[in-house]
Amino acid sequence: MTSAGDGNTTVKLPAEALQGQRTSSAYRLALGDAGVQAAVILFLCVLWETVTRLDLVHPFLLPPLSQVLQRLWEDILSGTVFVDLALTLYRALSGFFIAAAIAIPLGVLMSRSAALRWFFDPLISVGFPMPKIAFLPIFILWFDIFDTSKIIMVAFSCFFPIVTATFAGTSAVDKWPVWSARSLGAKDREVLWEVVLPLASPQIITGLQIALPVGMITTVVTEMLMGGRGIGGTMITAGRFADSVGVFTGIVEIAFLGFVVIRSLEYIRGRLLVWHPESRR
Amino acid sequence: MYSPILRYVPLLLMLVFWQLLTVSGLVPPEMLPGPLTVAGALWDLIVSGELVTNAVRSLSRAAAGLVAAIVVGIAAGLFMATFRPFRLLVNPIVQIFYPMPKSALIPLVMIWFGLGDSSKIFLIFLGCLLPVIVSTYNGARGVNHFFRWSAASLGATKWEVLREVVIPAAMPDILAGCRTALAFSFILMVSSEFVIAKDGVGFLISSLGDSGTYPAMFAVIFTVAAAGFAADRLYAAFARNQLRWREP
Repeated sequence: MTSAGDGNTTVKLPAEALQGQRTSSAYRLALGDAGVQAAVILFLCVLWETVTRLDLVHPFLLPPLSQVLQRLWEDILSGTVFVDLALTLYRALSGFFIAAAIAIPLGVLMSRSAALRWFFDPLISVGFPMPKIAFLPIFILWFDIFDTSKIIMVAFSCFFPIVTATFAGTSAVDKWPVWSARSLGAKDREVLWEVVLPLASPQIITGLQIALPVGMITTVVTEMLMGGRGIGGTMITAGRFADSVGVFTGIVEIAFLGFVVIRSLEYIRGRLLVWHPESRR
Repeated sequence: MYSPILRYVPLLLMLVFWQLLTVSGLVPPEMLPGPLTVAGALWDLIVSGELVTNAVRSLSRAAAGLVAAIVVGIAAGLFMATFRPFRLLVNPIVQIFYPMPKSALIPLVMIWFGLGDSSKIFLIFLGCLLPVIVSTYNGARGVNHFFRWSAASLGATKWEVLREVVIPAAMPDILAGCRTALAFSFILMVSSEFVIAKDGVGFLISSLGDSGTYPAMFAVIFTVAAAGFAADRLYAAFARNQLRWREP
């Protein structure tokens, strides 16, 4: 982007200069908004601390922010927060990637083979809206309470959004690019890799973006139910022992993890689809 | 497309496969009870009334939380899209809490409200609220300015513009957000009842699992899954009906 004060460009067309000014003023407006929003967050934090210091709410229901931050700092120093975050992240991401590794090829195959479509379409359309978490006791029964059942549960919940999105995306690919590639002599496999998958990738990535939060929710629930380490397990232990500072510390940690994971996926989407018109907005 | 019966043949095939698997003795029956055993257990649960009472408890909680979330969420989303100070105030909070896995709030509602109904209702409300706010806000923000300006130039008041232009134009997004919220309400209902409850279908599943009556546990699990499926299909039909004025 050329900005109005950019000295490197030699000649500037009026339209371009105008555009530069417009973007820079829009940028300034956005910056102002960001400032106000940061102030709001800061204000809420101060409000939290003041309200608790003045004893307006019971410290058990809402412990002071300073205590929560202090606990967080202790957990960082002792390293427990990293163990919890790493375990939760490991379970969520392994399940997510296993689901993607099965669901994306299946979705592509379903759009290419009528027999597979006939068999899997009703199973997936029935499975998609079901609350998958209800099946957790079955997975506990089959695979015990350790990582295997947790990861399989996460993969099971992530599977349906991804396969649905992949199937929808690959079947809706415009016929003209496919025909053009064929007429230029592309083989089936080249058409798949060079035309169909790139054109379907926005929808596939949307499916992944739906699946990942679902996977995180599922990971936390499995950890709460089966106990042990991981943020969910640590939080539910804190809850059972009426350690409200521990619960709030856990919420801060999981909010941070969720934010980082979701934002990273958004960033990856931007990088992967940099060629796509949606990135040019 | 195929006729509906032919379409669901694969589901039937899976059931037959399941029955054969248990009859053949390849899997131990306590690990996977056969479909007929599960159906028998389901019938017993229905006759004893256990399933119905727990299902009513669960569904009423889910409905209470979901309806509250939809009402508050649509109002907040519309307000965010039309009123800048409110947007600046609420947006940072939404941005922080939107990516957070909502099930992490289970210990929090346990501390705040104990084990009764209110903790689950509040959890479902919070979990469903953000998808509704975000989709309403995005829908209302994306309304073509020319529609609003034309309505305003024809003398519509702000309230009329909102009611006659913005809400109908944002309706597809709002309905999609509510569908996400519906799915979340089922997930949060079941998972919160697994962890903190004295009744409800989630509690029924875990107590049947703890006592080792697996056919009944499978029966309740499949009932919950079927209920989630049915709710989604009913909602989809309702949404299609609401949007029938749109071009296909």
